[in-house]
Amino acid sequence: MIQEILIDLFGNEIVAFIISAALPLVFIVPFVIFAVWLERKVSAHMQDRLGPMRVGWHGVLQTVADFIKLVQKEDIIAADADKKMFILAPIMVFAGSYAAYAAFPFSSAYIGSGVDVGIFFVIAISSVVVAGLLMAGWASNNKYSLYGAMRSAAQIVSYEIPTALVILSIVMVTGTLSLAEMSELQAGGFWNWQIFGGAETGLVKILLIPFMIIAFIIFYISSLAEVNRTPFDMPEAESELVSGYHTEYSGMKFSIFFLAEYANMFAVSAIAAILFFGGYQSPFGYIGDLLGIDWLVPFEQLFWFAMKGLFFVFVQMWLRWTLPRVRVDQLMTICWKYLIPYAFVNLIIIGLITLI
Amino acid sequence: MKQYLRNSWDGIWTVLVGMKITFMHMFTKSVTIQYPTVKVKLPERVRNRLYVNMDDCIGCLQCERACPVSCIEIETVKSVPSEDLGTTSNGKKKALHVTTFNIDFAKCCYCQLCVFPCPTECIYMTETYEFSEFERNSLNYKFATLTPEEVVDKKQKLEVFDAEKAAAKAEAEKAKAEEAAKKTAEDKPETEN
Repeated sequence: MIQEILIDLFGNEIVAFIISAALPLVFIVPFVIFAVWLERKVSAHMQDRLGPMRVGWHGVLQTVADFIKLVQKEDIIAADADKKMFILAPIMVFAGSYAAYAAFPFSSAYIGSGVDVGIFFVIAISSVVVAGLLMAGWASNNKYSLYGAMRSAAQIVSYEIPTALVILSIVMVTGTLSLAEMSELQAGGFWNWQIFGGAETGLVKILLIPFMIIAFIIFYISSLAEVNRTPFDMPEAESELVSGYHTEYSGMKFSIFFLAEYANMFAVSAIAAILFFGGYQSPFGYIGDLLGIDWLVPFEQLFWFAMKGLFFVFVQMWLRWTLPRVRVDQLMTICWKYLIPYAFVNLIIIGLITLI
Repeated sequence: MKQYLRNSWDGIWTVLVGMKITFMHMFTKSVTIQYPTVKVKLPERVRNRLYVNMDDCIGCLQCERACPVSCIEIETVKSVPSEDLGTTSNGKKKALHVTTFNIDFAKCCYCQLCVFPCPTECIYMTETYEFSEFERNSLNYKFATLTPEEVVDKKQKLEVFDAEKAAAKAEAEKAKAEEAAKKTAEDKPETEN
């Protein structure tokens, strides 16, 4: 919808689509600035501290100040680093996580690309991030970076499987891969959300609820691992690997990694919201509908989408200060011995229920 | 199988318990003190930067002697009897001009040993603890109130007084000697005669 408006406005499809493609960036950058501050505040308060308090009200502008500092920093490339790959890696990581945003329906009026294979595209394109991380670790020519990158790759590749299986079970219920259609299917209040059995009625809905909750838990755990968050933050593991694959990065390149990391955090949260919690759908209905103002509805949807995403980002931060880091063997145990069998059983049960 | 299910249940359940605890901590009062704006109340007998009330100092050097690290440096000049230096707040008569009273806080170990011997209680601990400097020399605090000109003046006065005194003494001695000589001279003829 926004694309059409932009085409009308500029009279040129190329310009319109470039602007449309840049729109998620307008969302990501303020989100990252806010999320970094939120992370610091949440972690501080969970440890009975205050966190940043000086820059602006309760330190809200802290991230802006930090960013300005980062931009001023010297852009160091280590002497023995593989220069080309070293420069390419952060770009690739960010491109991978940004590309995923193309398939997200931010509201009924805006979706970067209304591809029918939406969720499939997201899973596929987010694997580019793994390549980027490996590249960063390898090009840095630093043992800690390489360890971090290797762990990251092993972890992300392992946890793609339970994620994919859960997504598959959702796809079986909804019968579509398109994220926009999935969101559309969950319209009309929170009881129509996928976690409460979706828009089905009767016995099927009630039978689906417990299995959807299990599916959500599996999805959430594996998504945590995919974005390298605690308790699965082995690739970064500050206390053992300095900071993993971005040890050697400084200045702008480091901030791009940071941006990509937080963009990824929101991306998986947004996928969780779309698959299980109705995407951009409001849980109660819209003020715009109530007042008869049509243009307000998409903005409300954007608000709900952002809120749901932010909530899951908050839960990620919450978990970070609750759980210690798992060991490598525990990490693999959780994935291969627990999540994957559960995901398979869950997939079969959900498949059987949908047959009813 | 039973153990397996139990493990998975424990995994989820203990995470939730932990999450509850961290969530409760989000709303407990934080222990942070916003230092430069908010300061903790200091204990009553806290030992920080020294202060010397020069009005009360009698230049007895007790504190200088007590100091284990020799960070106090005092020089005094005697006063001339014609000058009245007044008394200290606890009634002691001041007899010395304290021309130098330096405390080097770079050396000071804040042991408070200098405080107790002071007969007039003029050296004491304050509550100031923020006095860091960029130059080590700026930590050498000078408490003496006399200006260099005054010091020179006092020294000259003392010299003049001493000289006068010495002269008077010499004169007196001379007179005495003369008298004695006279006496012997007077005595002599008698014995000779």
